[in-house]
Amino acid sequence: MGTSQTNKPSGDAGPAPATGTQGKYPPDAGHTSGARPAVHREPLIHLSKRDDVALPKAVLIRLAAVALSLVVCAGVIFLLTRLNPLDVYKGFIDGAIGTSRRTWVTVRDALVLLCVAIGLTPAFKMRFWNIGAEGQVLVGGLASAALMIYAGGRLPGPALLAAMFAASLLAGCIWGLIPAFFKAFWNTNETLFTLMLNYVAMQIVTFCIVFWENPAGSNTVGIINSAKNVPSYQAGYLPSLFGNAYGWNVVIVAALTVGMYIYLKYTKQGYEVAVVGESENTARYAGIHVRKVIMRTMAISGAICGLGGFIIVSGASHTISTSTAGGRGFTAIIVAWLAKFNAFTMVVISFFLVFMQKGAMQIATQFKLNENASDVITGIILFFILGSEFFINYKVRLRRKT
Amino acid sequence: MGDHVDLALECRDVTKRFGKTLANDHVSLTVRKGEILSVLGENGSGKTTLMNMISGIYFPDAGQIFVDGAPVTIASPKDAFDLGIGMIHQHFKLVDVLTAAENIILGLPGKGRLNMPQIVKDIQALTGKYGFELDPNQKIYDMSVSQKQTVEIVKVLYRGARILILDEPTAVLTPQETDKLFAVLRNMRADGHSIIIITHKLQEVLAISDRVSVLRKGAYIGTVDTASATEGSLTEMMVGKKIDLNIDRPAPLEPRRRLSVRGVHLKNAEGRHLLRDVSFDLYGGEILGVAGIAGSGQKELLETIAGLSRAEDGSEILYYAPQTQPEAAAGAAKAQTPSPSEGAAADDADGTDGATAIPADAAASGDHTVPDGPGKAAGPTDAATPYGAASDGATAIPLTADGAAATDLRSLRPSDIRRLGVRLSFVPEDRLGMGLVGSMDLTDNMMLRGYHSGRGAFLDRRTPRDLALRIIDRLDVSTPGVTTPVRRLSGGNVQKVLVGREISSDPTVLMVAYPVRGLDINSSYTIYRLLNEQKQNGVAVLCVGEDLDVLLMLCDRILVLCGGEVSGVVDARSSTKEEIGLMMTGKVTQTA
Amino acid sequence: MGILVIFIQKAITQGIGILYGALGEIVTEKSGNLNLGVPGVMYMGGIAGLMGAFFYETNARTPNGAMGLAISFLCAFACSLLGGLIYSYLTISLRANQNVTGLALTTFGVGFGNFFGGSLSQLAGGVGQINVPVTGAAYGKIFPGLASMGPIGTIFFSYGFLTYLSIVLAVCLFWVLFRTRVGLNLRAVGESPATADAAGIPVTKYKYLATCLGSGLSGLGGLYFVMEYSGGTWTNNGFGDRGWLAIALVIFALWKPLNAVWGSILFGGLYILYLYIPGLGRSMQEIFKMLPYLVTILVLIVTSFRKKREYQPPAALGLPYFREER
Repeated sequence: MGTSQTNKPSGDAGPAPATGTQGKYPPDAGHTSGARPAVHREPLIHLSKRDDVALPKAVLIRLAAVALSLVVCAGVIFLLTRLNPLDVYKGFIDGAIGTSRRTWVTVRDALVLLCVAIGLTPAFKMRFWNIGAEGQVLVGGLASAALMIYAGGRLPGPALLAAMFAASLLAGCIWGLIPAFFKAFWNTNETLFTLMLNYVAMQIVTFCIVFWENPAGSNTVGIINSAKNVPSYQAGYLPSLFGNAYGWNVVIVAALTVGMYIYLKYTKQGYEVAVVGESENTARYAGIHVRKVIMRTMAISGAICGLGGFIIVSGASHTISTSTAGGRGFTAIIVAWLAKFNAFTMVVISFFLVFMQKGAMQIATQFKLNENASDVITGIILFFILGSEFFINYKVRLRRKT
Repeated sequence: MGDHVDLALECRDVTKRFGKTLANDHVSLTVRKGEILSVLGENGSGKTTLMNMISGIYFPDAGQIFVDGAPVTIASPKDAFDLGIGMIHQHFKLVDVLTAAENIILGLPGKGRLNMPQIVKDIQALTGKYGFELDPNQKIYDMSVSQKQTVEIVKVLYRGARILILDEPTAVLTPQETDKLFAVLRNMRADGHSIIIITHKLQEVLAISDRVSVLRKGAYIGTVDTASATEGSLTEMMVGKKIDLNIDRPAPLEPRRRLSVRGVHLKNAEGRHLLRDVSFDLYGGEILGVAGIAGSGQKELLETIAGLSRAEDGSEILYYAPQTQPEAAAGAAKAQTPSPSEGAAADDADGTDGATAIPADAAASGDHTVPDGPGKAAGPTDAATPYGAASDGATAIPLTADGAAATDLRSLRPSDIRRLGVRLSFVPEDRLGMGLVGSMDLTDNMMLRGYHSGRGAFLDRRTPRDLALRIIDRLDVSTPGVTTPVRRLSGGNVQKVLVGREISSDPTVLMVAYPVRGLDINSSYTIYRLLNEQKQNGVAVLCVGEDLDVLLMLCDRILVLCGGEVSGVVDARSSTKEEIGLMMTGKVTQTA
Repeated sequence: MGILVIFIQKAITQGIGILYGALGEIVTEKSGNLNLGVPGVMYMGGIAGLMGAFFYETNARTPNGAMGLAISFLCAFACSLLGGLIYSYLTISLRANQNVTGLALTTFGVGFGNFFGGSLSQLAGGVGQINVPVTGAAYGKIFPGLASMGPIGTIFFSYGFLTYLSIVLAVCLFWVLFRTRVGLNLRAVGESPATADAAGIPVTKYKYLATCLGSGLSGLGGLYFVMEYSGGTWTNNGFGDRGWLAIALVIFALWKPLNAVWGSILFGGLYILYLYIPGLGRSMQEIFKMLPYLVTILVLIVTSFRKKREYQPPAALGLPYFREER
């Protein structure tokens, strides 16, 4: 504030004058109304928090958001490709479930996304921002790939798979425990810690690729155990179940989904997670060992994400690279959040997102456009769904007519 | 209200709803120029809501506000400032990491570089004029509660407010600080300011204000001149019926020591002392009040006893289990002394003293079993026993020995305490942030302290559900059902649920912090009744409070804290507010 | 000596992009918004700048460097500001969760950048390789004479205007944040929006402006990579993870713009250190590339050990504000 500053005509809000011994409103000046400020207007929009919203209404609001996002997506695609909007939707359906193979690829990718989202759920329920799923998936996949490479052909098939399963759990578990340890003891910011660990994990993967690259000089690992006529042929591949290549994927993820639902809702540990998430003070008051719960929950969260890596490597790609997780760790965060920790809502959201991604990729390929179109589409859909939550939680009223 | 009177502010038929609750229902109110108006009402009567609308925090659903006779629209706090209205909120609105001066100039117009030295000079001029003590360069996080309040008042004055609203300004002050504040307010009135004080303390209303407006359950009841009002007439307006404001205080029955706190030190992470050498005894059948300025270590004391914070080495928190079960007592007696049967030991102790001669030596030797009985020499500590050796004789009650084993709680966590069977209940200050989980329903909140009981990994929800139903029934909790999140309940009902759960475990020691804060009169008296019931059942009650009038009516003894130290323990029946106020600021220390 | 000079120069070159991202994010976070969309916003800024310059150069008869520079600069700033606007609308007006919205913005923005980067040639009618030589040159060294004057010239004068602009910006931001009323008000909004509101500060306006302007600044980081660092060409996923490093740098700098300047050079140095350590095998190089992340983690841990008031993030960071909350 400069001393030279002059009060505006309506300067009621001006700071006290430099002389300062007088208040802004000395006894008499306070009664003059000459300096009345301009008439204020009532705000255009009034918000109030809703106490409760009926379930059908909430569902309706979300469906409206999804519908709106579909319209916008079709609009964007139309602008880029001049493709008739109806054909856009046909393209989506064709790309995602047009053939049996495409359907199964959609299912496979949705299952991975779902698996990671399930893994993140207990952490989020505890209000622990685990942004590190990407890294946890990677180390899980890395552990699986390492066993496929070093133990492939030396261990009997089921034993190898069991070892891979366990190793991926363990790797993810450790990767989740590191930030949890620091959070528990020193309250170190976990959002950024887990985020940074993603890139540490990626560097570890590139480090390993140096040793595992095949063929030499390609800087990739290639399909592991793909050489025929050697004992390691297809060692560590998840076998088909019920005649379907992704049968095991379905079984594992379904079991995780149901298990997580029960764990969070009906067990003592699940209750502890909820209390710690609501308030650490309450948890301490209730005699809950907060540090133990933070570390235990993150161990579980990391382990399930690591298992996601196993499912990708053993059950689908049979290779490892820095893009093994492919951003699914981040997308899963949004899935878990949007589902409000409800395991079954996650199923729906995962499938919807992957459906849209596959559809967008199909159209992009058709028009020789970049496959990253799917990320743009995902982003748009997420914006709409995120925004729709507002209308579920708040009531909006416009300015009264005067 | 005649139009000829010079009105600074008028509210006409102002209405505000929150969800289903009608917080203000057609409230009308006038404030004259140069007067102090008290707005009186119970907690939940809509006082703060109304003031928040005047200061632009909330926007009214209906009705009109006039300033200086002209209709105005106050859509934001800035609009309120422009109209010369400033509010000092009960929960101070200050930015901790900024200095007092930075907080004071926050949001004021002005361009370019900040000239802090000049601003500081202006502020000093202003504080000098009204007699405030304030260092403009001090950071808020280094300030005491009353200093923060000063910053808030200077903030609105600096902005040139001539209508000041103070929301429960004395809740956090000592009687002496309150007097100082009132003197400043009178200075401001003399200077032509209009002042609105929101309060529910009748004495203060009578002491400071010119007129009183009363609200009840969101409705405007009426306005009277203070000169023609009495405590009785105001209460009747406030509550709607004649009620007796006295709190029962039954005499303590057979006080037995249940808790002995000895030399407790507690430090925070930076090594600053939060509690320093705190020692006292707590007896079954009494209510021991704890008084002090906000932040004097009350919260820390309770949390240390409850096992949430760990006191420094050398501190002792000894818990004596009741010996109502003969087996336990016999066991204890057998374990330590071959002398007379436990009954005899107790009787002997009755006659003499023994109960309070305690344990520094026993504990130091690693033996937490307290020997007592006739053999123990009567030490000078006996003088400190409040009931056994009462000097006036009025409340002389023979002491009963507590021959049970003592457990040192110092190094125990809440889960250990529970496992050892220590029956310690705790109603914390932060009800929804510590005692309960706001988003969980009643059933899940009942489980909070006992969810881990029973075998297996799964939760038992049937027992807590039954408990919730019992508490709803017995304490008359108004809730749609056991599946309602507790956050949706009113303040009084939340407290009933919390207290209900804590006393359901049949405690030996019950600690309560600010048990009636934010409650209406009916709920408050329900809580007082519950505490007295517990006391009469022989429970040792430790009650932290802020309203000295209430503590003096409810408690048997009052422990006064100042800056984490005990400045004395007084007899609540014979002490005055002023004495305690002086002890709270450390100007006087004494031991009753 | 010579190699050290080159190293410092390269470290600065690496760091400036991160610095833009961090400066923008500091402004955003000071208003209480944690925008994890910065990586996406940087991609958006980069591709928008490139597209602006590209369409200008392909359509103008004789493209002029200064014009291309102005157009690409404005496009980059506007497009990333738009990204910030999406984020602001969702988190401030619609009170969506900030972490989740930020991640969605990153997904969107990175996809946006890569999609247009990879499809631009197709969309423009199959013109083949995308580059903007004229504009790219305009972003090059602005003191070619001084730059060749020995080590001093290399370290201080061998950059384009975006580098110098970033330093000027950092100083300006410091001044605004800590020496003016606007800065004081903004800090109050990030510390305690309810207090700021009660003091008459228009909280929503401040949050919107800080977040959108912050995004705009962050987006210039993308522009820097495309124009000054890569000389006007696009590679998909070319920035890698520098957007996350920008967020890390905010913490490293303890929310102070001037710390961010030297922090960015340090980060840039760590990023390329593996190239300057003799005798590193390929595998060890990969390990060295972890350094910036490990250093950030270390800073996180150390600051959490020392709970000094002044080192903490804005108190209301990540929280939505609703005035009529009860």
